[in-house]
Amino acid sequence: MTLEMIIPLLAATIVAGTPILYATLGEMITEKSGVLNLGVEGIMIVGGLTAFLVAHFTGSPSLAFFAAGAAGITTASLHGIVCLVFQGNQVVSGLALTILGTGFANYFGTSYVGLSAPGFQPMAVPLLADIPAIGPIFFQHDPLVYLTYILPPCLWLFFNNTRYGLGLRAVGEFPEAAAAAGLNARGYRWLGILGGGFFMGLGGAYLSLAYTHLWTNNLTAGRGWIAVALVIFAFWRPGRAVFGAYLFGGIMALQLRLQATGTQLPSSLLLMLPYGLTVFVLVLSSLGHRRTNEPAALGVNVEPAD
Amino acid sequence: MQRFRIIKRQERLGWRSCFILLTAIALALLLSAVMLVMRGTPPVEGILTLFKGAFGSRWAIEDSLIKAIPIFLCSLGVATAFRLQIWNIGAEGQFALGAIGATWAALTFPELPKPVLLSMMIGAACIAGGVWGMIPAILRQRLGTNEIIVTLMMNYIAILLLEYLVYGIWKDPASYGFPMTPMFSEQAIVGKIGTSGVNSGIFHCLVLGVLFWIFFTFTRTGFELKASGDSVRAARYAGIPYNYLVVLVMVLSGALAGWAGFLEASATINRLQPSIMVGYGYTAIVVAWLARLNPLNIAITSFLLAGLRVGVESLQLDMQVPAAFGGMIEGLILMTVLASGFFVHYKMVPVRKQ
Repeated sequence: MTLEMIIPLLAATIVAGTPILYATLGEMITEKSGVLNLGVEGIMIVGGLTAFLVAHFTGSPSLAFFAAGAAGITTASLHGIVCLVFQGNQVVSGLALTILGTGFANYFGTSYVGLSAPGFQPMAVPLLADIPAIGPIFFQHDPLVYLTYILPPCLWLFFNNTRYGLGLRAVGEFPEAAAAAGLNARGYRWLGILGGGFFMGLGGAYLSLAYTHLWTNNLTAGRGWIAVALVIFAFWRPGRAVFGAYLFGGIMALQLRLQATGTQLPSSLLLMLPYGLTVFVLVLSSLGHRRTNEPAALGVNVEPAD
Repeated sequence: MQRFRIIKRQERLGWRSCFILLTAIALALLLSAVMLVMRGTPPVEGILTLFKGAFGSRWAIEDSLIKAIPIFLCSLGVATAFRLQIWNIGAEGQFALGAIGATWAALTFPELPKPVLLSMMIGAACIAGGVWGMIPAILRQRLGTNEIIVTLMMNYIAILLLEYLVYGIWKDPASYGFPMTPMFSEQAIVGKIGTSGVNSGIFHCLVLGVLFWIFFTFTRTGFELKASGDSVRAARYAGIPYNYLVVLVMVLSGALAGWAGFLEASATINRLQPSIMVGYGYTAIVVAWLARLNPLNIAITSFLLAGLRVGVESLQLDMQVPAAFGGMIEGLILMTVLASGFFVHYKMVPVRKQ
């Protein structure tokens, strides 16, 4: 492989990894508060449809992007209602949300399959884009990609250095103790669910606005589930999530490239790569026995106080 | 404003929990009707068409029964795993592997006598499905790997494997390029009952359902499974081999879903093609959660959700409602029923003003 082939491949890696990164960071926020949300796939696809429809009808990708965030919050709030208000099992609620979200998006999206929407256009960053190799790989993308460069460090700061971030983590570790210390445990869990849902929605928006520019049924194709796996792989740390998301971006970019160059390998086998990699990555993270960073109260509901 | 205190119920609710369940389902149907309105379909007519399409004629009931067969078998396995607090989301993939295993036997030994060949197909389907279920179980038991994601990823892999086979080495040369295997030989096909459209797979369900009930009611392992579902720690203290049970349940679960795959390939479409994957494995999750571990409840719920699928098909034909409507209703029912569990476990007591 020559440099002329590797640089576009790496640039494509960043693009393919971006929606997964948004969703992974979203799930991480939710899980830090002690809530397991397996509805990422459903929330992402609703975000993707919303972004597509808003862009299609208003012509404004920026408006569409924020609409997708709002749609993500709305969809995620169902998980909050079921788990926080009605004490439902978090695993089942997440599964239900995935089934519901996928059904919802395919139901309302059917009439728009194959139509296109105005998306974000690449915008080179002055000066940085001219650096050889680094420039074309990192700094000749659309603005949504640049947003993911600053998001992980911001989240890291949020989790470790702000009052709300620390409160969120405390509630995820030991909600009863946090409540005894005067924190509003359920309020923080709402923050985790809604904040996470916002970024999951953005992940979906990136798919329809920048990645495909059109609407297809089952747009997300398992990326939401990959995000759930990546949170475990990242040991609930934003920095490692970046690494994981680009790993998957790389394998997806490579798979597309191989298909385009007309390799002998059948496409169904190539398409297995990301899913197989997910299993592999999970096995790898379990081997390390470094699960100590997992929020201790993950998946456990807070009993209503009387 | 009247304020309420939330108190955990000490007593069982009994028949009133049935009322809560029905209210939840009614709410889900109401929300589905709202979804119909949002796409410009008349809601009352739509819901009526749904029910008429599902249970309104002999043909509809037969079709619902045909679809209930694979859902029932997948649910038996998923429900068992749920009971043990193992989240087997992989029935879809185990179903695919079962269909692949059965097809392998059918294509390799087409000339064997019918009872022998069908037994071989069942065996191959159960082994393939069982192995597909065993992998996540062993990963979980040995390494603590999250079985939800592994089973789910293995669904995607299984479906792609199935596509690889029917687009590649198993493709029928006479299919004009359509991805499908040749039609199975007469000996490889599970026949229909009398003049009806329903295949005798329904007898398989009956036998397996009774065996399932006997297993849980009369055997030691069945009792251990039920007991360790309530508390894993208590089970370990009592000397119940929890880790072994996890693997056993996932193998059984996979084998049952594999059996469903066999029946679908052999009895319903008589060959293997990608359209065999219609999401029965995911519907089975909904059924298993709604019906829990009682085979009779599983059978009834499977029939109802199969009916929903048939009803949505006629909605699609008569009123141009997208097929995804069915999945949306399933998701809504699961969410509302899950939330309604709150009223079974807790009660709200009005707080008197001081």
